[in-house]
Amino acid sequence: MKFKFKFNPNKKRYREDLVQGPIYDTYENYDESKPSIDYAVLPEREKETAPILETRGVGIDFGGLTAVDEFTITVGPTEIAGIIGPNGAGKTTIFNLLTKVYQPTRGTFFFDGQDTRGLNTTKMSELGVARTFQNIRLFDKLTVEENVKAAMHREINYGLLSGLIHGPKYRRQEKEAHEKALQLLSIFDMQDMANYRAGSLPYGAQRRLEIVRALATEPKLLLLDEPAAGMNPSETAELMNNIRKIRDTFRIAIILIEHDMSLVMNVCEDIAVLNFGRVIAKGTPKEIQSNPAVIEAYLGKKKEAK
Amino acid sequence: MKKITSKGLSPYRKNEIISYGIAILGFAVISVLRSLGMVSSSLQGQLVPICAYVIMAVSLNLVVGISGELSLGHAGFMSVGAYTGIVVSGIMGTMGAADPVRFFAAVIAGALAAGVAGFLIGIPVLRLRGDYLAIVTLAFGEIIKNIMNIVYAGIDENGFHISTKSDYGLSAEGRMLLNGPMGATQVDRISTFFYGFILVMVTLFVVQNILNSRQGRAIMACRDNRIASESIGLNVMKNKLMAFTVSSALAGMGGVLFGLNYSTLLPIKFNFNTSILILVFVVLGGLGNIWGSMIAAIVLTVLPEALRQFADYRMLVYAVVLIVVMIATYNPAIRSRVSAFAEKYLRRKKPDAAPAEGGAD
Ligand SMILES: Nc1ncnc2c1ncn2[C@@H]1O[C@H](COP(=O)(O)OP(=O)(O)OP(=O)(O)O)[C@@H](O)[C@H]1O
Ligand SMILES: [Mg+2]
Repeated sequence: MKFKFKFNPNKKRYREDLVQGPIYDTYENYDESKPSIDYAVLPEREKETAPILETRGVGIDFGGLTAVDEFTITVGPTEIAGIIGPNGAGKTTIFNLLTKVYQPTRGTFFFDGQDTRGLNTTKMSELGVARTFQNIRLFDKLTVEENVKAAMHREINYGLLSGLIHGPKYRRQEKEAHEKALQLLSIFDMQDMANYRAGSLPYGAQRRLEIVRALATEPKLLLLDEPAAGMNPSETAELMNNIRKIRDTFRIAIILIEHDMSLVMNVCEDIAVLNFGRVIAKGTPKEIQSNPAVIEAYLGKKKEAK
Repeated sequence: MKKITSKGLSPYRKNEIISYGIAILGFAVISVLRSLGMVSSSLQGQLVPICAYVIMAVSLNLVVGISGELSLGHAGFMSVGAYTGIVVSGIMGTMGAADPVRFFAAVIAGALAAGVAGFLIGIPVLRLRGDYLAIVTLAFGEIIKNIMNIVYAGIDENGFHISTKSDYGLSAEGRMLLNGPMGATQVDRISTFFYGFILVMVTLFVVQNILNSRQGRAIMACRDNRIASESIGLNVMKNKLMAFTVSSALAGMGGVLFGLNYSTLLPIKFNFNTSILILVFVVLGGLGNIWGSMIAAIVLTVLPEALRQFADYRMLVYAVVLIVVMIATYNPAIRSRVSAFAEKYLRRKKPDAAPAEGGAD
C-alpha cells in the first residue's frame, strides 16, 4: 500500500520568522518511506486518499502548563472524527491550535497538503477550516441571515464603492447570497428566523446557527466544539442526523468534540481520546469502548468528581 | 430546489426611512417657516452648525457605535476638513469660481484630506483596543489641532503660499487664508442651510448603505465578536480601518460645511471639548442608532441657545437635561417600561412580529 501525499518544498507560504519553538517533525526531514498512516486515524475507505489534516507532534504550553503535547492525528477528507476526553484535557485547545488562535509551541500540522506554520486565523479560514465555539460566539446584534452572510466571502466580494452606492453588482450578489443563506439555514429548518437578532435566539438555535455560519465559509474541514451541549435528547438525535447530512451533502471532513457518548459513538468513524493533553487512545468507536486506558481515564475522572 | 421565503421586513429599512424622514421633514419645515419669516435670528444662525453637528454625530457613530471603538479625536478630522475647505474655497474665490462650485470643490477636498488623515492615523491607533485606543485618538486629535495652530497660508499674484512661519512672503495685495493660531480669517461665508441639508443626506446615504452591505456586516461582526470574525476569515484590522477612514472623510465634509459658515475660525474651536460634545450626541442618541444621533445633535445644539433666557442657570439646566436623558435611556428598568408601553399601544395589531431592529441599540 503506497500512501500518496507529497509536499512541494517550493511552496513555502508560511513566514519563517513567525515559527515558534523547535519543530518536532519538519517537512525538510519528512521521510516519504515512513507512512503517516502509521499514526493516523483514518476510516478504511480513505486509506488511499491524501488526508485533509495531518498533525505532527503538535504541542502548546501556557506558562508552565503543557496543555497539549505530542498531538498527532490524520483526518481523511470526508471523515467524521471525534475527540473526547475529560474536562480540561485540552480538546478546545486543539481546535484553537488548528484555527491558529494559538500558534503551537512544538510541532506543526499540514492542512490540505500545506504546512500551516506562521499562518493566522484569517488565513486558516481562507484555506478551508471553519469552527464553532464551546461558548457560543455569534454576532449577537446582527440578524440570523447577516450572521450567515458575513461568512460568505466566496459569494459576496464586491468592493467598497459598490457597497456604498448599492450598484448592480451589489444587488446581484446580495440577492444570490440571500438565497444561499436561506438554503443553508434550511438545513436546520431555521429559514423562518432569518430576520431575528442572533442574540435573541434560544440556546439550541444559536448552536445550530454557529454551524450554519461555519458552513457558509465553504470549509473543507469543520470543527464542532460540543455541538450538543445544552440540547435535549431529541434535539441531539436530530443534530446527529444533520451532522451526517452535512458531511454527505458538502463532502467535507468534520471533527467534533463531545461529551455526549451516544452521539460520539454513533456519528464518529474514528475517535481520539485525550487525557492531560495527550492522546491516550485512537481507533474506531468499538475499539475505544473496550480500551482499558479509556475506561480508566473516565472512571478516574468520575471518582474525582464525586 | 425548494423555494424558501423568510418572514418579516429588512430590519434596516425602518431605520433608514426614519433618518431620511427626519432630514427631509426638518428641511421642509424650516424652509417653510423661513419663507414665512417665522424663524428667529438666533435659530437662523444655528441652521448650518446643526447640519454640521448632525454630520459629525452620524459619522462618529460609524466608529463608536457600529465599529465599536471609542474615538475621542473626531474634532481633529473636522478641523482638517474645515481648513482644507477654507483654503480650496479661498483659492477658487480668487479665481472667480461660482459659489456652488467653490463649495462642493471644497467639500470634496476636505473629505479627501480628512479621509487620508484618518487612514494614516488609523493604522497605528487601531492596533490598540479599548481605553488605550481612546487615549491615543484623543492625543491625535490634539496633535492635529496644534498643527493647525502653526499653519500659515495665503494666495497672491505669485501663487499659493503655505508655511509654518508667520513671515512667509505674502505680498501686500495677497489674501491671507490661514493665520496660525488666529485661524482662518476673511473666510467667504458660502455655506447655506440647503448645502447643509444635501451633505446630511449624503452622510446618511453613505453610512446607511455601508451598514447594509458586505462591509458593514464585516465591521459589525468584528465589533460583536473579534475571535469569531477571524474564524470566518474577516480581517478585523482592515474592517476597523475602513470604518475609521470613511468616518474621518465624512467628518472632514462636516468640517468644510462648518468652516465656510464663519468669517473667522480659530483652531481652538476643534479641541477636545468639541470631540466630547460629538461623542455625547452619539451616546445619547444610542450607539449604532443613526437617527438617534441626528435627534441628539439637533436638540443638544438648539438647547443651550434656547436656554439663554435662564442666563446663569443655562449650563446647569443643560447638565440636568443631559443626566435625565442619560438615565432614561440607559436605565434598564425605565427602558423596559418604555418598550413594554410601546409594545402594548403601538404594536398591538401584530403580536407575532418581533424582528430585530437593525444596527440600533
Ligand atoms: N489561554 C490559556 N492560558 C492558560 N491556560 C489555558 C489557556 N487555554 C486553556 N488553558 C488550559 O489548558 C487546559 C485545557 O483546556 P481546554 O479548554 O482545551 O480543555 P477542554 O478539553 O476543552 O475541556 P472542557 O471539556 O471543559 O471544554 C486547561 O487546563 C486550561 O486551563
Ligand atoms: Mg472545551
